[in-house]
Amino acid sequence: MEFKDYYDILGVNEDASKSEIKSAYRRLARKYHPDVSDDEDAEDRFKEVSEAYEVLKDDEKRAEYDQLRRYGSSGGGFEPPPGWESSAGFSGGGFTGADSRDFSDFFESVFGGMGGGFRQQRGQGFAMRGEDMHHPLSLFLEEAYHGCEKAITLTKPEPGPDGQIQRRQRNLKVKVPAGVRDGQNIRLKGQGGPGMGGGPAGDLYLEVRIAPHPHFRLEGSDLYLTLPVTPWEAALGASVQVPTMDGRASMKIQPGAREGQKMRLRGKGMPGKQRGDLYVVLQITMPPKQTEKSRELFRALADEVPFNPREHLGV
Amino acid sequence: MGKETHSAEMMDEFMRLTLRDLCFDCHISAEYVIELVEFGILRPRRGRAPSEWVFAGSDLVRIKKAERLRRDLDVNLPGVALSLDLLEEVRELRRAVEQLRREQAQRESP
Repeated sequence: MEFKDYYDILGVNEDASKSEIKSAYRRLARKYHPDVSDDEDAEDRFKEVSEAYEVLKDDEKRAEYDQLRRYGSSGGGFEPPPGWESSAGFSGGGFTGADSRDFSDFFESVFGGMGGGFRQQRGQGFAMRGEDMHHPLSLFLEEAYHGCEKAITLTKPEPGPDGQIQRRQRNLKVKVPAGVRDGQNIRLKGQGGPGMGGGPAGDLYLEVRIAPHPHFRLEGSDLYLTLPVTPWEAALGASVQVPTMDGRASMKIQPGAREGQKMRLRGKGMPGKQRGDLYVVLQITMPPKQTEKSRELFRALADEVPFNPREHLGV
Repeated sequence: MGKETHSAEMMDEFMRLTLRDLCFDCHISAEYVIELVEFGILRPRRGRAPSEWVFAGSDLVRIKKAERLRRDLDVNLPGVALSLDLLEEVRELRRAVEQLRREQAQRESP
């Protein structure tokens, strides 16, 4: 087991005062809070910071930790000294509201977990619903559009045969409904943390994150697509093929179409109770290479059409 | 891996929840929900009196986020209201910046 240097985690000296520790914790908690930060490892960092604060804010735990730190940081993997028993223990977080089930094996080996409390509460006939859990779920746009089955791996607190809460890796297969949006939550009832004393399990909330698509952009329930068209298709009008999430569709471009013009294909956006639309944004694109003949035709066009696109700039 | 596949429900604008549903799912009291409405953290989709209020699935997610911010960062309710609004704005801005970056990269690619 790896030794955790809580002073390093909070970025404070080992002689830091309580107020310095509190201030460092508050700063880092704001920085790494999973609801605030976009960092991939924000949740892990936040748990680490909360764990460090849980120990260092408490005089008794801090004294015990300091003692172990001198013993444990001497090198190699960490194991508590034989016969080690914390007298501080864990009694649930103060303002952090910390739950030791979220803490590391290192913390549990030093200060114990919630296991004893769990058994005691069951004995007293006290039932409590399990914690709700939160987890990100990354999807491709195609998966969000059509719905899919995803396998996810979570670390869940679970009661062992002896009633002790242990953290275990669990694989779960999730049926994701078609039409989920970026940032939306989906819920799996009863798949959160276990209840205590016979109470029901909590729920699992998955926050959907949709990866950027090379062609389509998602805005609410609508999809946007930039569609390159030739100058002559824009000038003369044309019937063109447009990719959609369900395959190709035909779209008519009216003569005299402009760069950036937005055309709507109704009902071709994200599915759902209120189905979105697909907006096609025209992008007038020149052929990459000119031939002698095409240059001749452009010269004829220049002679024929008196047009100054910079008139509004006064030049 | 377990063989069972678990169906997920969408916590969206179309999921309808009463005040009672919200209290039960979030383990909070009706008085607290009323306070959240008063601070503008929540907005009932329908109904004038609390007994008639109807909320959406996304409101439940918002309450849970509010609770996490309050608990983990020691923020009071006006602070939570401000944080939630600003976080939403930051999220929109990040998305817009990312989109502009991608469009610029596309324009600059040969």
